[in-house]
Amino acid sequence: MSGFDKVVSDYAEAMHGLTDGMTVIAGGFGLCGIPEGLISQIKRMGTTGLTVVSNNCGVDGFGLGVLLEDRQIKKMISSYVGENALFEQQLLTGELDVELTPQGTLAEKMRAGGAGIPAFYTATGYGTPVGEGKDVKHFDGRPYILEPSITGDFAIVKAYKADRYGNCIYRHTAQNFNPMAATAGKITVVEVEEIVEPGELDPAHIHTPGIYVDRVIQGTFEKRIERKVTAKENR
Amino acid sequence: MALSREQIAMRVAQEFKDGSYVNLGIGIPTLAANYVPPGIDVMLQSENGLLGMGRYPHEDELDADMINAGKETVTAIKGASIFNSAESFAMIRGGHVDFTVLGAFEVDVNGNIASWMIPGKLVKGMGGAMDLVAGAKNIIVTMTHADKHGNSKLLPACKLPLTGVNCITRIITDLAVLEVKDGAFHLQERAPGVSVAEIKEKTAGKLVAADNVPEMQV
Repeated sequence: MSGFDKVVSDYAEAMHGLTDGMTVIAGGFGLCGIPEGLISQIKRMGTTGLTVVSNNCGVDGFGLGVLLEDRQIKKMISSYVGENALFEQQLLTGELDVELTPQGTLAEKMRAGGAGIPAFYTATGYGTPVGEGKDVKHFDGRPYILEPSITGDFAIVKAYKADRYGNCIYRHTAQNFNPMAATAGKITVVEVEEIVEPGELDPAHIHTPGIYVDRVIQGTFEKRIERKVTAKENR
Repeated sequence: MALSREQIAMRVAQEFKDGSYVNLGIGIPTLAANYVPPGIDVMLQSENGLLGMGRYPHEDELDADMINAGKETVTAIKGASIFNSAESFAMIRGGHVDFTVLGAFEVDVNGNIASWMIPGKLVKGMGGAMDLVAGAKNIIVTMTHADKHGNSKLLPACKLPLTGVNCITRIITDLAVLEVKDGAFHLQERAPGVSVAEIKEKTAGKLVAADNVPEMQV
């Protein structure tokens, strides 16, 4: 790696420096737009005691769900943990801690974390279990709770294309949490479908400017569909 | 007769104004998309980051990168936009979404809603529900008036952990359309053939009803 060329050649290099007890922020919504190869690499490394910040925790055997198999995750910060039997089991036995966070608050915690804003007030969650113990302040007569931002030791991100400088674009709704995750990691690693040369992406269409990105790796993706519904079935 | 799920959805769709941005929750709310009246255009927001959600895809259109907030494969209409989740919730929290329709376990006379957690059962999470009830201009709750044991879901005070406080103003059930204000449920319309007395009996919270309550047009 030299200059602004952020491309790394293998997964070991992509996740180099990840150690036990670190916080990892992961992009993705359900199984859509998840950095599949980087998750597999964390599994291969066997790193434990991780705090993982991600909207969901994959499913049994795929996505972040694979990190539960060897009990690598100590704590999940998520909005919805879904249908994941291993997750439920580890939650019930107390092996896994979960901090349920409203989806919009979670996105904003990452955004603010990456933008240097340590906390923010939001009406979301006031008067609910989410607001318990949090500072309340009124603005124009309405109550808001103080929510601390999130940053991570690593951010793992899935993009559609990136150039060698780390400028990224996402495809369709695989964008989701990825752009915020990319800003909030001390080390941000992006796994992409295609690496292109600088200048090939329209500068005005970049979703994540390369300044946020430390490493880029060419990935291969299964892109599993969580809920296949076709037009034959009516809503 | 109590309304069917489809009839509740039909009545919900009558609320939408032409040119509205609408977020529909899972279940009956989603069905409302099928009953938008002729001449009314609404654009559906899916909180994972899609404005202008279309129909489900045909087999040859299936795309793992194109899903809705229920994680189902979906399409986008012409004129749709796609964005990140922080942007999506900026729209919601910032009050730019005109209507949010969602289900609930309980609603009370102060407009509090409980919809995400039943103590003792495994909690899967609130997803975007707390953000939606804190942000939308008009929130419509759809649910059955009573649970399957006959217990009212319209209460003096919610018993379950809350999703949001003082945020619900309109409820459409299988029996009635109600406005929530001044610490009471105000009966606006009743399901065809359902008496005010029956609605009163199945409403645990304070109910205000005029002498003449019109029937819903469904």
